[in-house]
Amino acid sequence: MTMQFMLLFSRQGKLRLQKWYVPLSDKEKKKITRELVQTVLARKPKMCSFLEWRDLKIVYKRYASLYFCCAIEDQDNELITLEIIHRYVELLDKYFGSVCELDIIFNFEKAYFILDEFLLGGEAQETSKKNVLKAIEQADLLQENLDFQMRLFSGVMVPNMASESSGLFQN
Amino acid sequence: MPAVSKGDGMRGLAVFISDIRNCKSKEAEIKRINKELANIRSKFKGDKALDGYSKKKYVCKLLFIFLLGHDIDFGHMEAVNLLSSNKYTEKQIGYLFISVLVNSNSELIRLINNAIKNDLSSRNPTFMCLALHCIANVGSREMAEAFASEIPRILVAGDTMDSVKQSAALCLLRLYKTSPDLVLMGEWTSRVVHLLNDQHMGVVTAAISLITCLSQKNPDEFKTCVSLAVSRLSRIVSSASTDLQDYTYYFVPAPWLSCKLLRLLQCYPPPEDGAVKGRLVECLETILNKAQEPPKSKKVQHSNAKNAILFEAISLIIHYDSEPNLLVRACNQLGQFLQHRETNLRYLALESMCTLASSEFSHEAVKTHIETVINALKTERDVSVRQRAADLLYAMCDRSNAKQIVAEMLSYLETADYSIREEMVLKVAILAEKYAVDYSWYVDTILNLIRIAGDYVSEEVWYRVIQIVINRDDVQGYAAKTVFEALQAPACHENMVKVGGYILGEFGNLIAGDPRSSPLVQFNLLHSKFHLCSVPTRALLLSAYIKFINLFPETKPTIQEVLRCDSQIRNSDVELQQRAVEYLKLSSIASTDVLATVLEEMPPFPERESSILAKLKKKKGPGAVSVTELEDNKREGGELNGSSDRGPDIAAMAASNASTPSPSADLLGIRSAAPVGAAPTSAGSLLVDVFSEAGPAAPSLAVNDDGFLRDLEQPTEASDALLVEGSGDSDSAPPSEDPAAPLSEADELLNKFVCKNNGVLFENQLLQIGIKSEYRQNLGRMYLFYGNKTSVQFASFSTTVTCPGELQSQLNVQTKPVEPIVEGGAQIQQVLNIECLTDFSDAPLLNIKFRYGGALQNLTLKLPVTINKFFQPTEMLSHDFFQRWKQLSQPQQEAQKIFKANHSMDTEVLKAKLLGLGMALLDNVDPNPENYVCAGVIQTKGQQVGCLLRLEPNAQAQMYRLTLRCSKDSVSRRLCELLAQQF
Repeated sequence: MTMQFMLLFSRQGKLRLQKWYVPLSDKEKKKITRELVQTVLARKPKMCSFLEWRDLKIVYKRYASLYFCCAIEDQDNELITLEIIHRYVELLDKYFGSVCELDIIFNFEKAYFILDEFLLGGEAQETSKKNVLKAIEQADLLQENLDFQMRLFSGVMVPNMASESSGLFQN
Repeated sequence: MPAVSKGDGMRGLAVFISDIRNCKSKEAEIKRINKELANIRSKFKGDKALDGYSKKKYVCKLLFIFLLGHDIDFGHMEAVNLLSSNKYTEKQIGYLFISVLVNSNSELIRLINNAIKNDLSSRNPTFMCLALHCIANVGSREMAEAFASEIPRILVAGDTMDSVKQSAALCLLRLYKTSPDLVLMGEWTSRVVHLLNDQHMGVVTAAISLITCLSQKNPDEFKTCVSLAVSRLSRIVSSASTDLQDYTYYFVPAPWLSCKLLRLLQCYPPPEDGAVKGRLVECLETILNKAQEPPKSKKVQHSNAKNAILFEAISLIIHYDSEPNLLVRACNQLGQFLQHRETNLRYLALESMCTLASSEFSHEAVKTHIETVINALKTERDVSVRQRAADLLYAMCDRSNAKQIVAEMLSYLETADYSIREEMVLKVAILAEKYAVDYSWYVDTILNLIRIAGDYVSEEVWYRVIQIVINRDDVQGYAAKTVFEALQAPACHENMVKVGGYILGEFGNLIAGDPRSSPLVQFNLLHSKFHLCSVPTRALLLSAYIKFINLFPETKPTIQEVLRCDSQIRNSDVELQQRAVEYLKLSSIASTDVLATVLEEMPPFPERESSILAKLKKKKGPGAVSVTELEDNKREGGELNGSSDRGPDIAAMAASNASTPSPSADLLGIRSAAPVGAAPTSAGSLLVDVFSEAGPAAPSLAVNDDGFLRDLEQPTEASDALLVEGSGDSDSAPPSEDPAAPLSEADELLNKFVCKNNGVLFENQLLQIGIKSEYRQNLGRMYLFYGNKTSVQFASFSTTVTCPGELQSQLNVQTKPVEPIVEGGAQIQQVLNIECLTDFSDAPLLNIKFRYGGALQNLTLKLPVTINKFFQPTEMLSHDFFQRWKQLSQPQQEAQKIFKANHSMDTEVLKAKLLGLGMALLDNVDPNPENYVCAGVIQTKGQQVGCLLRLEPNAQAQMYRLTLRCSKDSVSRRLCELLAQQF
């Protein structure tokens, strides 16, 4: 049931997060990303969430302005992968509090940490929402350097496209 | 829940990110990034030591820049420094940077591994998890070397925290995938299997992925997991939707774990224990029942999770393929989904039904849905769904519905998406051939195919129709008439011209009686297309013309005139010019008899697997192929899609063979030995096998010049008897102290012993070497007997065994020195102990030196130690065989050869050879009793390689097709090479 990689990208085709569970060169990664972003963005809204691509199966779903896109192997289960994506979005949503694309841009490292708690090596490690968030919270509590704490969005002038700040769950 | 600020806010980073987002152009962005890189570089190089926070911030900025798509070539050292920080967030960023950016920089890996080692032994679960995540993310060989032995201990230790166990399990899985040889479960196996019983659902969820992967590779060692998995599954399936608390997902209990459990069970045949099996069948029934219950929630997540389990259960039912009742229920359930309003479900139902169609129990049930599927092909709005529908139609096709399905597919082709046309064309061509009752229907179908989708008709398809027409005389007249009519169309596809040219050239006489298709009318029709065609098609037409001269002497003046005109005889294309010149000359000087012999009708093609089928198999790429191979496949895919351009090249090749007699131009492609390199160099790159997967075979077009060629051919194989004498002869042996190069016949000697263990390895006038050997597991013992055939003593007799090149690390051969004197007429013995470390291809060399009457004798032989000697036969039932066969479906796991029989094709002889090979010869497995299938496991020190073999003799054609599938691709190839010499 191994996931080969997961990509998050915006409707404009900007890559927001990439996680590779198989060793590939940077060049290959870029090529795959380019090709897939193009393929997925070209699809119409009511089409099915699965497609055959090269020898892999692509499972994708759009949440507001962001596409979540996973590559799985031939024998793998598409529907459960779709719910992997959903659970990840739920985790982000719970952690950031009504998550939007901007949260993922400005706190990309957090998005990676949450993903690592949920999926490891392309396999589901912990599917309980509570347990994943507990792990992340514990980590947050461990930090001592509080001087620079700030709300990212109140401290910095952020030019937003409206879509990037719309909650992923609101569409 | 934490607000956004709960993170370790880094103001500098946020400012930088907004700066980048403010950039109006790509140039501005690059400028801003370069400024930042310069700044970070100077900070890292500066005299002032950076505090942890700054280091973290800069490393994080570098990471962000990298993720934007820019190269980062510094900062690794600072990231490594962060790993040993005792502040969690700094450590965490350090690990993230390493995970994303590390490459196998040896110096750094050592430092990183050190840091990981410290964290692993820290007993702080949060730190341990970070370290394990890093190993799992990087997963390099160096890390496997450092930690593969440590992690199993962490995984099973009683005092390890649950969260650490979860990470350890998946970390180990990743290392196992990278370096299976380094992850040795051995003593841990049973404790790992028992993680399936763990109290903590998260631990089970993580561990089962590891267990599944290990079970695939070592099914026997892990087979106790079956009953544990069944009871775990049973508990989940029967639990109420709230029992599992946070592991319940939208009212579905533990969907991920359920799917993984069902997946694990697919690594094994149905449980033998009746109670376990009963319980499992109960689970599967419950899952099917639940699909009929009203949903507990309207959310799509609920139905997705529920159906994910259902589909996985159906996969298991199909995998077992032994419960007719469940198979039919599964099929009915999928039938309901075919009309579901969710596109996703329709897609998956079509996909899953495809596999059900191949089971004898459910094939008929699948067929009842034909109308729905045809409707899907016509009306689905999403091309991926239509593609699935086409696949399913193909899978459910049999003799009873072939005409309907082929007709539907043909009519769909007219509007089909470009992306799937070529595959559709192949499928139609295969079905039309496979289920053709009358061949006129077949010819019509293929010509329609060319008419509707000519650009997508690859050369395999049009060659195949010619092959079939040539081989079946009942359809030749019909074919000639039909192509003649098709060519009447004002614009017809070039592929139609090719088929037309070929068929009329061969069988135009069959319709020449009708004045509407008299010889001259036929010729004029063909020639009217000539100038619109590409060079290869023109070449083909020229050959058709010369055939016309033979068939219809009355066309000779007209055709000669055409050949003689400047545009032919002085054509700038050398191929066309040569044909025009040669054909003109041939028609002028050869007598009618000679002409009739040279241009005789094509002989039937040997029957073999349809090359179209082979092509479709290749195109569909059975099974999963990992991403690393994507590049190759992509290239292959591109080539396939472009093959409509390639077709003419083939014809050019064929043409060039036809007019350029070459000793190796094996027109019928019977001898797989005909080397590609021996073809005329100008055509070498064009030499693509069109009729089979084996040796190169070019169609000989209309000109039957194999009659010429047969005489020109050099004998390619000298007889065995000639080879045994020769350079080993005492007079000709070079008097050198260096080991002689292996005898030229060493390979043949080797081949003699592939299927037997005892016999005479070598003999000349002086010396005879006998051999006796026995093998067990990965070990072997070989006795060599050196016999002095003369009456004079051999002095300074010495032997050395060497493993050349990489064989050194693959095979361990030990022996003791022999007596230096061999008296006249005496025999001495030497024992070799052999250990197979890993699979190998070369043979060890045996060098023998001695003095005979003052002259130094020096000869080197190959010792007949071949990989098949380490086979353990494996008995299995038909069901298991095909299941394993399917599992070994990656293209590189298969090696295949089609070759001509070199020895008797007698059944008993074949059986004896196959048994001698060391595999188990399985009866009642292959549906065709003429075929042979064998199974065995090659035992090496490092690993076991499962091998399956299928040998299909064709007594009529005196040919074999040999297919090997092994869990290791190098083994498939080597065995295939070795065995192809044996039959």
